[in-house]
Amino acid sequence: MDIKVQFGGGAELLFDNKKHYDISLPSKEKPWIIGDLLFWLKEHLLKERPDLFLQDNSVRPGILVLINDTDWELMDTVNYEIQLNDCIMFISTLHGG
Amino acid sequence: MPLTIMSYKDLYGWTMDEIVAEIGRKNNCTFCGVFRRQALDRGANLLKVDYLATGHNADDIAETVLMNILRGDLARLNRCTSIITDSGDGIPRVKPLKYTFEKEIVMYAYFRKLVYFSTECVFAPNAYRGHARVLLKNLEKIDPAIIMNIIHSGESLKVNETAKIPCLTRCTRCNYVSSQEICKACILLEGLNKGLPRLGVGKSSRVKRLLKENEDKNKSCHQETGCCKIDNDTKIECACKKSIALT
Repeated sequence: MDIKVQFGGGAELLFDNKKHYDISLPSKEKPWIIGDLLFWLKEHLLKERPDLFLQDNSVRPGILVLINDTDWELMDTVNYEIQLNDCIMFISTLHGG
Repeated sequence: MPLTIMSYKDLYGWTMDEIVAEIGRKNNCTFCGVFRRQALDRGANLLKVDYLATGHNADDIAETVLMNILRGDLARLNRCTSIITDSGDGIPRVKPLKYTFEKEIVMYAYFRKLVYFSTECVFAPNAYRGHARVLLKNLEKIDPAIIMNIIHSGESLKVNETAKIPCLTRCTRCNYVSSQEICKACILLEGLNKGLPRLGVGKSSRVKRLLKENEDKNKSCHQETGCCKIDNDTKIECACKKSIALT
């Protein structure tokens, strides 16, 4: 299943400094949910410091997630079932002193 | 209004890279924070502005409240939630985004395709503020209203009149507003310039003690007593690291 994944606000630094990825998720029995995608990203694209991206089976608090430009909190967060050609955006709001 | 950019190098003679090379990755937010605040003051004075507006959002303020509680810093706890503060130089500081969630600001910038400075500070991961931030972000997950509740608590809080709160005066060295005789920026600079970068890091009582010790050491150098010992070469090395040629 082909989808787009985007990173912004500094989150791209954890993903090889690339803001856009076109990815193809392998087919599996159960539908892909965002929770699955997070672990797929960790396995395949995340380059460093996984604790800055993930925490307790979700994104680290402070990282905003948009599904086709809609806040994922309106879409059942990690349980959202990913559709073909979806665009999932991760924006970090985490910054320093 | 034309954009004016001021650099730490111009103002203080040190870039942040040079400071980190001296102090290391811990405590460097103290330098950046103190210098940044004073750079804003100096810029505001230079440009003769009516107000100095900062971009602190609701998350930042709640974080600061928590941080001041964790540090027991009553003076800052008392004033950190004010939407307008007077710093004694006639230029009020205002925080117009005080009640705006960081999430809303980031979303707004994203949808309006605004370019903003978003890179995580490369020096920041060890900042004390980070702990307050992690705590706050975890609380926000339970209930986002917690952010507003913390601000509200800070606003409603009244510090006991008998509690000792430093009053604002002027730094005897640089004449900028300070709560101490010598302002934090000057103390940090003195530390950097004398090769004692940790001088200004920590409580002001500790800083005063270190300043005095440093003075005493310098004295003893000249008097060639106590702290100075003769090494095998033809030099006297003082405990304060100053080498003096043996005469």
